[in-house]
Amino acid sequence: MDVWSGLAFGFGNALTLTNLGWALLGCFLGTAIGVLPGIGPALTIALLLPITFQVSATGAFILFCGVFYGAMYGGSTTSILLNTPGESGSIITALEGAKMARNGRAGPALVTAAIGSFVAGTIGTLGISFLGPIVVELALQLGPAEYFALMILCFVTVSAVLGGSALRGLASLGLGLTIGLIGIDLQTGQPRLTFGIPELLDGVDVVLVAVALFAVGETLYLAWRHVEGRQEVREVGRLMMSKEDWKRSIGPWLRGAGLGFPFGVMPTGGSEMPTMLSYYAERKLVKPEHRHEFGTTGAIEGVAGPEAANNAAAAGILVPMLTLGLPTSATAAIMLSAFQSYGIQPGPMLFTTQGELVWTLIASLYIANIMLVVLNLPLVGLWARILKIPTPQLYAGILVFATIGTYGISNSVVDLMLLYGIGIIAMFMRRFDFPTAPVVIGMILGPMAEQAMRQALTISQGDWTTFLTRPVSLCILILALIGLVGPKLWALAARRRAA
Amino acid sequence: MAPSSGTAERGADLAASLFVTLLGLLCIWQAWAIPVTPLYAQVGPKFMPYLIGGLVTLVGLGLVGTALRGGWSASLEEVREAPPVNWRALGLVGAGLVANLALIDTLGFVFAATAQFVLVAMGFGSRHPLRDLAIGLAVTLGAFLAFDKLLGVNIGAGILDGIL
Repeated sequence: MDVWSGLAFGFGNALTLTNLGWALLGCFLGTAIGVLPGIGPALTIALLLPITFQVSATGAFILFCGVFYGAMYGGSTTSILLNTPGESGSIITALEGAKMARNGRAGPALVTAAIGSFVAGTIGTLGISFLGPIVVELALQLGPAEYFALMILCFVTVSAVLGGSALRGLASLGLGLTIGLIGIDLQTGQPRLTFGIPELLDGVDVVLVAVALFAVGETLYLAWRHVEGRQEVREVGRLMMSKEDWKRSIGPWLRGAGLGFPFGVMPTGGSEMPTMLSYYAERKLVKPEHRHEFGTTGAIEGVAGPEAANNAAAAGILVPMLTLGLPTSATAAIMLSAFQSYGIQPGPMLFTTQGELVWTLIASLYIANIMLVVLNLPLVGLWARILKIPTPQLYAGILVFATIGTYGISNSVVDLMLLYGIGIIAMFMRRFDFPTAPVVIGMILGPMAEQAMRQALTISQGDWTTFLTRPVSLCILILALIGLVGPKLWALAARRRAA
Repeated sequence: MAPSSGTAERGADLAASLFVTLLGLLCIWQAWAIPVTPLYAQVGPKFMPYLIGGLVTLVGLGLVGTALRGGWSASLEEVREAPPVNWRALGLVGAGLVANLALIDTLGFVFAATAQFVLVAMGFGSRHPLRDLAIGLAVTLGAFLAFDKLLGVNIGAGILDGIL
C-alpha cells in the first residue's frame, strides 16, 4: 500500500464506531493517568495488556496509542498546576508553566500546551505516515547480522548515552537483560536462570516487571521520603489565549515539533534532550521585551516549545517501533510485547503483512490528536479535580491495581513475591539514580537480540566475523562504539585542553 | 555538608555497586549451571548468559571503583535535599505488602487488597482508617466484580467463592 491509499484505508477503518470508541477510551484513560502524578503510560499499558486476550489487535493498539498520546497531554496539566512533572518529558514544561500558574496565567499556559501538543502531534503523525514506508524500504534490506548490530546500538543509546551516568545506565540494562534470560531457551529447550522454580520456566512477565518498577518501586520510594503535608493545586482560571499569546506561541510550536520528531525517530529514546534544546532555543530567540519573563513570571514560549517537542518526540518513537521493531522507550517496549502476544512480529514486514493494522493505527493517531485537544480544553476543570485525589488513597489505590495486574492474572503468590522483590530493587534504583527504562527495554529486546545473533551465526556457519565484514553491520557497530566511549574521550580531551 | 554524611553516602554507593557485581556473578554462576545441550546449535544456550553476566560484573566493578573514589550520591540533588527517612511510612507500606501476600491465598483478593489499602493509606498519613476501609472495600469489590463478571477472569475469590 502506498501512503495515500494506506491512509484512505486507515481512515475508513478507524472511523468505524468501535474503533472511535477505543480511541476515545484510550484518550480519556491516557489523559487521566497522565494527570495523576506517579503513574505513566508504560504502567497503564502494561496493566491493560491482559485485554489482548479478549480484544482484536486493531482495537487494542488504538487503545494503547490513545493512552500513549493522552498521557503526554495530561502530563502537562500536572506540570503546570502542581509543579510536579509526571514524566521526564514534562520536567521542562514545569519550569515555565508552574511560574505562569503562580502568576495567575495557568489558563493560557494550559491552552498553549494543549494546542502545541496538537500541532506537534499532528506534525509527528504526518512524519510517521511519510517516513515510515521509507524506513521500511531500507529495513527490508537488512539481515539478522544488521539487526543484531542495530539492537546493540539501541542498547547503547538508551542506557549509556543519555542519563546521569553510562555505568548506571548499563547496570540497569544488564538487570533487564538478565531478567529477559529467565525461562526456557527457545532454541534448545534448556531452562535458564530459573533456580528450579517451576513458575519461572515461562519467563518473567513484562507486566510484572513494569508494575514493579513503575508502581511498587515508586510507591515505596515516596513512602521512604514521605513528608506530611499537601501540595497546592493552582486555580485554572480563564482558558483564553490573547492575540499576543497566539503570536508568541506559533513559532515555538513549530520549532519544538521540528526539534522533537527527529530525536524521537533516532534510537536515542526519551524526550529530555529535545525538550531541553527547545527550551534553550526559545530563551535565545524570544523577543527582548519578553526575555525577563523567563524564570520570573513564566514565559509562554517556554511552555509552548518544550511541550511541542515532547509530543513530536513521542510520535517519533513510534517510527522505529513500527518499522524496525526497535523500542526506544519503556512504553514502546511494552507495546512491542503486546504485538508479540498477538503473535505479530514487529519489524519491516509489519507494513506488508499487517498493513491494515498499521494504517488504521496511524489514522487513529490523527483522530486521537483531535479528540485530545477537544477533551483537554473544555474538560481541564475535571482533570484539575483528579489532581485533588489525596495522596494516601491515590497510592493505596495504585497498589491495589498492581495486585490485580500480577496476582489477578496468574493467581500465583510467587508472582506477587517477585513483584515486591523487584519493587524493592526499583526503590533503591530510584535512590541511587539508576534509570528504569533500560530495564524494560533490555528485558524485551534482549531475547530478540539473542535470536538475531544466533540466526546471523547460523547463516554464516558460525563465523563471528560476519558482524564485521558486512558493511552496514560494521557501520552500526562503530556508531555504537562511538556512543559508548565517545563522551568519555570527549570529556578527557576537554580536560586535557583545559589543563 | 558534614564529612560524616559524605562517608555514609559513599558506603551506600559501595553497597549498591557490590549488589550489581553480585548480580553479574549470579548470572555467570547460573550460566555455568545450564546443562550442556546435545542439540546442535551454532551458539548454545550458555553463551548469552555468560556474556550478560560478564557485562554486569564488569559494570559492577566499574561502579565499585566510582564508589571508592567518592561515589556519586553526594552529587545528587535529590539525595542532598532529601528529608530524613520516614520509617513509619515505609514500615506501614511494607506491612501492607506483607498483609497482601499473607492473606491473598486464603481470604482472597478483596480482603487482602483492602487490608493493604488501609495500611498503605495510613502510611501516607491518612487519619481515617474506617473511611479507608470503606473506600478500599468498594474499590476492590468493584474491581473483583468487573473482572469476574465482565471479563471472566478470576482474580482470586478466596472466601467469597460461591457467595458472589
